Amino acid sequence: MNLIHTRPDAGGDAADGVARLDAQAVNAASQRDLYQKRQQIYPKLVHGKFRLAKWVFLVLSLGVYYLLPFVRWDRGPDAPSQAVLIDFPNTRFYFFFIEIWPQEVYYITGLLILAALVLFLVTALFGRVWCGYACPQTVWTDLFIAVERLFEGDRNKRILLDRAPMSFNKAWRKGGKHAVWVLIAAATGGAWILYFHDAFDLLRDFFTGQAPMTAYVFCGVLTFTTYSLAGLMREQVCTYMCPWPRIQAALTDRESLNVTYRTDRGEPRGRHKNGESWEGRGDCIDCKACVAACPMGIDIRDGAQLECIGCALCIDACDDIMDKISRPRGLIAYDTDDNITRRSLGEKPRFSFIRPRIVLYVVLIAGVCALMMTGLTTRAQLGLHADRDRSPNFVVLSNGAVRNTYTINVQNKAHETRALRLDVTGDPALQVQVLGGRGEPVLEVGPDRTRLFQVFLTVPAQAASRHSIPVVFTITDPLTGETATAESFLVTGAG
Amino acid sequence: MADHDKMPVDELTGIETTGHEWDGITELDNPLPRWWLWIFYASIVWSIIYMIFMPAWPALPGFDGHTRGLRNHSERANVAVAMSELEARRGPMFAELQRVVDEQGVRAVLDDGDLLNFTLAAGRSAFGDNCATCHGAGGGGFIGYPNLRDDDWIWGGSYDAIRQTIAGGIRWDAHPETRFSQMPAFGRDELLTRDEISAVTDYVMTLSSLTVSADADLVLGASVFETQCATCHMADGRGDITQGAPNLTNNIWLYGGSREQIQASIYRGPYGAMPSWENRLPEPVITALAAYVYLLGGGETLAQASGPETGEAG
Repeated sequence: MNLIHTRPDAGGDAADGVARLDAQAVNAASQRDLYQKRQQIYPKLVHGKFRLAKWVFLVLSLGVYYLLPFVRWDRGPDAPSQAVLIDFPNTRFYFFFIEIWPQEVYYITGLLILAALVLFLVTALFGRVWCGYACPQTVWTDLFIAVERLFEGDRNKRILLDRAPMSFNKAWRKGGKHAVWVLIAAATGGAWILYFHDAFDLLRDFFTGQAPMTAYVFCGVLTFTTYSLAGLMREQVCTYMCPWPRIQAALTDRESLNVTYRTDRGEPRGRHKNGESWEGRGDCIDCKACVAACPMGIDIRDGAQLECIGCALCIDACDDIMDKISRPRGLIAYDTDDNITRRSLGEKPRFSFIRPRIVLYVVLIAGVCALMMTGLTTRAQLGLHADRDRSPNFVVLSNGAVRNTYTINVQNKAHETRALRLDVTGDPALQVQVLGGRGEPVLEVGPDRTRLFQVFLTVPAQAASRHSIPVVFTITDPLTGETATAESFLVTGAG
Repeated sequence: MADHDKMPVDELTGIETTGHEWDGITELDNPLPRWWLWIFYASIVWSIIYMIFMPAWPALPGFDGHTRGLRNHSERANVAVAMSELEARRGPMFAELQRVVDEQGVRAVLDDGDLLNFTLAAGRSAFGDNCATCHGAGGGGFIGYPNLRDDDWIWGGSYDAIRQTIAGGIRWDAHPETRFSQMPAFGRDELLTRDEISAVTDYVMTLSSLTVSADADLVLGASVFETQCATCHMADGRGDITQGAPNLTNNIWLYGGSREQIQASIYRGPYGAMPSWENRLPEPVITALAAYVYLLGGGETLAQASGPETGEAG
């Protein structure tokens, strides 16, 4: 258990009238017993450029998340008009001008590979900026802490409130906080389901009780996970549940710009009295402002550690202190391990962005991008597959002719109905018959649809001397001239 | 818990042990992970709720087998409801198929893409359940079990003929309108001598242009055929679908087309049977089955209906 605090964060003066905070890095690995109960972390509000950047990113990313389902995109009368839509009932994925069919999920694979590579690149360059700024866990936790601060005040007030016995004041502050959390969580779950149905229709159905059960279930699940992950579990998700902190150790190196406490400048740390010389000592006055600001409950001065999400709030906290004691900013800053070594050896610090792994990541990213763009821009609007029936393998007719049956799968990815001409080549004597067709084999396929046709191919007895005859199915749109082909073969049973 | 002070402490880890000892081995008294405990408690609460609402306790007196729970849940009842819902959804399509077939004939099914897909799907499903055992998964047949995809029909390949065959079966005594005919076992019942059977085998093979040996007695064969076989298989060997007598002049042999197989057929007189499906399958399913078999590719006049250039396949 923690020590009994009589006055939280009132540990006396550190220097120059700067309050020395009695903040403990409760989540630092050295402080944490394996079976210890989690200790509540009370991050102190800081002001500075990184805090501002985080607010801006929070508003932008949440804005995109909550509003994107309402953005419209005209695709004609036969397709949904929602810009981003995962349409499970009709098995389509829409993203602005992109439409993906289920058999094209390799685009999603490509997107995920791309996302992973970009993450590698960014991590190698700037450390865990994903964790610190963009990860949903961070963004929602930041928002939930802001709500908490709104109801319960900043760090000290929250500590006192938690320690105080239950009272009306405590009850309404706690109750209000949880109520707003639940509202935000419900809005998170509510927005999630809007990506899977038409947003406006679903909103109406949702509140009239006519939405599909999956919508209510997923809204409930997302509400629960948002509330518990961002409100209750917070840093435990990153420390215990997330695999990414384990992987990042392999992705950063001595040249990565991590949130770094510059030991070369800070040590030896210690209290500093007004007017005292700075000679022979470090700039760190051990005020623990960085520890109090940390949402992960660690001490950045312990160096790079698994728990650190690289949110840079300790930089803002420390810069603020440096201003007050009139020392240069940047005791904690984005810096590299190599630079610390260089400075302590009296060399000039430098940043080398062009390193082998960076070049490799950039080349891979460019390659995957080029592949995906080529794939998307040359994506065919017409698709054809031919499956030969193998039971029975072939049918001998009474006149000795041999017939094979094929199921052909015609995909019309255009948004209008098309009448397609079918040609089959392979043998001059080949006879083509489409079940359900009359006269010329014309295949009519609706907009954005797949349709199956049964096709009989027959060769007369005299042509059936070869064991197997290769055949090629070709469909042609007479209006646009587009074609699609599928190869198969005809088995005669001869030989 | 009050005894904790007395528990021995493991020297290496500094953690108390449970006090149990087996051959000098003791057990550390590490606490259970909190999350594990919470899930354990939640499971206990859940199990109580479950027992109240769901069937849970078997073999309790006075509960007719097991407790029902407040929800009176029954998987059997759910399956029954799901099945009847499914049938209610399929009902209109089966009715539409029956109406179209009755009023416009089976070929009208080809004009309606949705109805065609429904017919093929319903037929394929019923075929797989009931017919595939003998006729093969795709209706390709085996020796003794006709191929339903070719254009040779023993009892007729029109939709009506196929439907009647399915409904009444073949040589199925329990059905009054079953298809019936019987080929004599010329050899086993000693109606013909060995030489006569051999001769008529060669003669039958010549009907479909199969090669026979030079010393075949085709004169004897022809005369045997005329007296014994022509009644049913007709003088030209083209068979008679009203009697279920197969056409002997084409390439299709139900019991095999080698000399041995043809001779064996004449010797023993095949007596293949097929069950009657009337009263075993609902009427709409029989209709869908008949339409499906008709549409497998061999149905009479199907080819003519589908395009002029493929007319000769009929």
